[in-house]
This record gives sequence, structure tokens and C-alpha cells, in this order.
Amino acid sequence: MIPKTSRRHFGAGVAAAAAAALALSACSGGGDDDGSVEITFLSTSDEDNTALAEALIDAFEAENPDITVNLDGRPGGTEGDNLIKTRLATGEMAEVFNYNSGSLFQALNPDQNLLELSDRPWADSLTDDFTSVVSTENGLYGGSYGSSFAGGIVYNGAIYDELGLEVPQSWDDFMANNEQIAAAGYDPIIQTYGDTWTSQLFVLGDYANVHAQDPDWADQYTAHERFYADEPALAGFRHHQEAYESGYFNENYPSATFEDGGAMLAEGTGVHYPILTTILSSIRFNHPDAVEDMRFMAIPADDPQYTSATIWQPDGLYIPNTVEGAERDAALAFVDFVTGPDACEVFIEAVNPTGPYVNGCELPADVPPLVQDVQSYFDAGNTAPALEFLSPIKGPNLENITVEVGSGIRGAEEAAANYDRDVENQARQLGLEGW
Amino acid sequence: MTAATTEVRAGRSRKARTSGVSRHAYPLWFYLPAAVLFLVFFAIPTFASFYFSLTRWTLFDQEFIGFENYVQFFREPQLYQGFINTLIYGFLTSGLKVVIGLALAVLLTSALVGRHFLRSVIFFPVLVSTIGVGIMFKALLDPFDGMVNGALETLGITGPGWLTDPDLALYSIIGIDVWKGLGIACLIYIAGLVAIPTEYYEAARVDGASKWAAFKSITLPLVKPATGTVIILSLIGGLRSFDLIWATTGGGPGFSSDVIGSVIYKQYQAGFYGLSTAGNVVLFVVVTVIMVPISLMLNKREVEQ
Repeated sequence: MIPKTSRRHFGAGVAAAAAAALALSACSGGGDDDGSVEITFLSTSDEDNTALAEALIDAFEAENPDITVNLDGRPGGTEGDNLIKTRLATGEMAEVFNYNSGSLFQALNPDQNLLELSDRPWADSLTDDFTSVVSTENGLYGGSYGSSFAGGIVYNGAIYDELGLEVPQSWDDFMANNEQIAAAGYDPIIQTYGDTWTSQLFVLGDYANVHAQDPDWADQYTAHERFYADEPALAGFRHHQEAYESGYFNENYPSATFEDGGAMLAEGTGVHYPILTTILSSIRFNHPDAVEDMRFMAIPADDPQYTSATIWQPDGLYIPNTVEGAERDAALAFVDFVTGPDACEVFIEAVNPTGPYVNGCELPADVPPLVQDVQSYFDAGNTAPALEFLSPIKGPNLENITVEVGSGIRGAEEAAANYDRDVENQARQLGLEGW
Repeated sequence: MTAATTEVRAGRSRKARTSGVSRHAYPLWFYLPAAVLFLVFFAIPTFASFYFSLTRWTLFDQEFIGFENYVQFFREPQLYQGFINTLIYGFLTSGLKVVIGLALAVLLTSALVGRHFLRSVIFFPVLVSTIGVGIMFKALLDPFDGMVNGALETLGITGPGWLTDPDLALYSIIGIDVWKGLGIACLIYIAGLVAIPTEYYEAARVDGASKWAAFKSITLPLVKPATGTVIILSLIGGLRSFDLIWATTGGGPGFSSDVIGSVIYKQYQAGFYGLSTAGNVVLFVVVTVIMVPISLMLNKREVEQ
């Protein structure tokens, strides 16, 4: 039983809650009488990404004075995944949002939640590789957001020149280089387990080498016929273990962060950093002078003939299918602008491209050396998509498993077998055959 | 005699009337608001979570799969380690809080200068948010830039990687947890200690008992109810611990400081909602299986006194 006084409070509380709900619903409404529309763009909230999003919005609003785009930030990583899924499921999603393409995009249940976009003017300009990772059997759901990027080893070219080193083609050459680098007093390999996701690159960046040896690997992996515990995929784990055992890591690897890693690379205290080429944006933000020293190489395979670069597709730009009326038109106009040719300049100016664009934007002639290195792998035909674009399976614990390998807690074979077990959850959640 | 009889009668009739009142004064539906609250906020979510633990659930749709989530949960490669860590964490934090809490409480109830100030110093960490404490200690215990190892270095000692050494991480977090939770244990003990009549100690002194003997034979037995409360509270808290671990190490390095709570959270993060709900049910069962016998045992001892 509720005493009389608190009953009154209870009533007041209900009234307050109702008022708050009204106010909230009023916020989400757009489409005023004078023809102006307000929409929200939800994007990751790190510094360089926010700068990019603001530049895009400014350019878009200059061309579309009737439309106001509000920027809303979200965390990256798995926390951001949760936020996106929850807001989609509750119908509270912003009118436009950017999010991963590939296996994470599939987990959004696009057919049920997103607006189909194949009739947009830019749809035909997208590369096939990108189209396939923002599509389901029923249609195309994403515009493109930025350039593709590579995963492998970003290294300090100035130190390579200083020591007269050659870009290694095989793993043994790479370790020989490391020996010389260590003798010269630099840290040969940068590792940053303060941000656990950065530990995965020895394995994820090695996928192009697996693909070069066995192009059907991803399909058979999805069918539960191939495993990380067996070669050729085991090589990624094996190399990671070897790198740890060689003692070539920077001393503070257990607690250093991604940003620390960029600083070590830019300041030249460390030489090789297995990471995504998107680190170039962060280096341009924090150490603009070092951009010209940054170079890229694929993670070397045991056999040089297989060494190839692993390529990630850019994020997609999506519209939830709950958006209607004037907001839908405005959201479509925004996606058209960002994916179309008009935004090319904005992208190139706001963030360094880290690989080729997927929507027909041309790379400028004076791209930094790192991007030229990535491009040269494309020119030579030595690239393959990352596994997450070929298979819907990615185990959630890979980053912790690779931290174990890189900290000497577990050996490569055991860690790879653990990862094979870890992906089972994902496969079953997706209801795949054969698991 | 008549007075006594009337009193008895009055008593009886009053008794009869009260029981009658409780049956008739308020209709049953007066309980309805409370019942609705209970149903909506407690009963339904609880049963819903039991149900959802039997489904494969993606927020968008759900599929009933029986006990498959439970099978899958126990196949989780890191679960065994998380389970052992949970037990270590729960029992060690609880034990340390009992021992250190009692020692400090004895100190702070003695005629010590500034004991009121010291009591608030001990209690202060309880008021700080756990996440805040975690972030603060993560910075303090950083092996390279942290203040703790910096201080050790001035003494010529190379400090270990408190939170980054896989053999040490869990125990460092246990230390932080004890630091943070000690205030509550200490408070409960102080309340228990001041409730012991001083006559007992005076009598013991007259009999020539030493301070240690008085502590062993008077203080210890008489604070047993307080000990029971401290054990139960800190053990339940320790077995369910998650926030401090997540803020300091995220279960790492690797899986070396994972507990059941953090394994469940990781599954939730990965989008395996049914699986993580199953994990919560498992955690509920584990806590119940450990706590019910312990609390029965502690309560029985209290009654025997």
C-alpha cells in the first residue's frame, strides 16, 4: 500500500514522466511549416572523426540551406555496437548513421531495419567489393563513408633509410631486419595492449597471405571445415608468438595505448607497428611532421610469393527504415552528398585517405608515401579483403586471445584452438549450417 | 481479582478484535498497487530472463533453443578460469575485510586521539564511485607512468606491472576492492564493538585477564553477529563483482582477471543476449548455492548463543 503523501508524489512522478516523454518526442520531430528539416547524423566521437563529420555537414548545409544536420557522437568498439543495435531495435535511431560494413553490418538485420538504397544515383559508382559488404540478398543498404584502408605493418621509413634496410618479403627477412633495428637501439616491434583491439593485427592482417595460399579458405571456414588451429591460418598466431619470444616489443607494451603506439612510431622510438593504416589520421592530428616518414608493408608470409596486403572496406552510411516523410528525403540527400562525387574534396581535406576510395573519388596525386605503398599492392594485384568481409564469423574474444599470445600467457597452437571455439558462439547466433 | 479478570478479558477481546480487524479493515485490492509494482519490476523480469536464457535472442527476433545456451556457456573456453577467479575474488575479499575490518574497528573504538577523523578516513572510499576508483587506480598502478611504481623507484625498487602482469592482476584488484569496501566492514564492526557492555571487560580485568585473553574470550564471540553480516555482504558482493574489474583491467591481460560477471558482460557486448542471460541465471544459481548454506550456518551460530 502506498501512503497518501507518496501517492500524490507518485502521481506527480507519472505526470513528470509523461511531460518528459512529450518533450522528447517533440525533439525528434522535424519538418517545420517553412519547409526546413532537421535530421541527426550519428557518428563515432573520436577527435579526427568528429572533425570529418563536421566538415561534411558544413559542406552539405551550404548546398542545402533548408536542411539542418545535427551531429551526435557514439563510442567505438563493442560499446558502439550495442548502442546501434539497441537504438535500432527501439526505433530511436538517428536519421543517418555510419557503421561497419561486412560481418558487423550483417548483424544489424538490415532487411528488417534499414532503408534499401539501390536506386540512388551513386549506387553504380561503388566498387563491387564495397557493394557486396553493404548488401544482403535483398538489396543494397549502405552509402560509403571514406576510403578503404589496409591492415599490416606501418613502419618508420626514416629509420629504414638510416639503417639501409630493405622492405622484407618473407617473415625471416622481417625478423632479420628486427635484429638490425634492435642492434641500432630502437624498439623493433610496437605493441599496445592498453587498447586490446590493436593486438589482433598479426592475425587479422595475415589473412591476405592465407587467401593467397588458399582462396577458398574463407568459404570453408564459414562452413566449419577449416580452422585457425591448422595452417595456413595458424601462421598469424605463430608469428605473433615468435615476435613476443624474440623480445623485440617496446618495454611498456602491456599498458601502452593506440595513441602511444602512434607517438612511438612518429617519434621514431619504435619502428614496426602492426596496425591499420587509419593510424595515419591520428598521426596527422598529433604529429603532422611525421606523416611523410610513415610507410606501409603487408605482414610478410613465410614464403615471399604469398605476401599480400589485407584490405578493409570503409564504413557504410545507413538510414533506418523507420525514418519517413521530409526527414527521409533529407536523410537521403545527405547520404547522396557524402557518398557522391561532391564530398570527395571534403574527405581528402579533412582526413588523409588511407587507401583507394570505393565510390569513384580519385586519390590526389600527392598522397603521403604510406598511401602510395598501399596503392602499389593494389597495382601489383597483391591484395585480399579482410576475413570479416568474406565470412560473417568473427569471434568476440580474439583481441583477448591475441593479448595472451603476445604476453606469453599461451602458445600459438592453444590460442588458435581457443579462438576456433570462440567463433562457435557467433556462428550459432547467426544460425549458420554445420555448427 | 475482578480487576485481573477484566484485564484478561479485555486482553482477550482486544486480541480477538485485532485479528478481526486485519481480516476486514482493508479489502484485498488495497494490496494491488504494491502487487503491480512487484510484478512489473521484479517478478516478470525475473521470469522473462529465465525464459530468454532458453532462446537465441538478437533484440530483433528470438528463437527457442532449449538448454543450448547453457551447454554453450559451459563450453566457453575461458569460463573455467573465470569461475575459479570468482571464487578466489569472493572469498579473499571477504576474508580480508573480516580480518582487517575487525582490527581497524578495535583500533578505532579504543581511546585513540583523533579516532573520529580516522573513522571518516576509513569510510571515505566507500563514498566514491567504483568506476572512479577503478580509473584512478589504473592510473596510479600503471607500471611505467604510475605514481605507485614511481614511489617505489625512489626507494630503489622496480615495481611490478600491478594490473598488467597476468599472475598479479587479480590480486591487485582484490587489494583495491578491499581498500574500497573496508569502510563498510569497519562500520559494522564498530557498531558491534560498542554494543558490548564494558562491564565484561572490567570483570575480566579484575580477574587478571590479559588484553589478548579479553579480546579472544569476550570481543570475538560477541562480535560474531557482526562478522556474519560482514561475511555475507562482502561475499555476495565479491561473487557478483564486475564494475571494478571492468574499469581496471577489463578481465585482462588476456583472460587472467576474468570473473563470471565479466564473461557475461563480454557475451552481452558481442550481441549474444540469450547466452549472457543464461550466464546470469548461472551466476544467480552459483551465488545461491554458496550463500544459502553459509548464511544458514552463520545464523544458526547466532541462535545458539
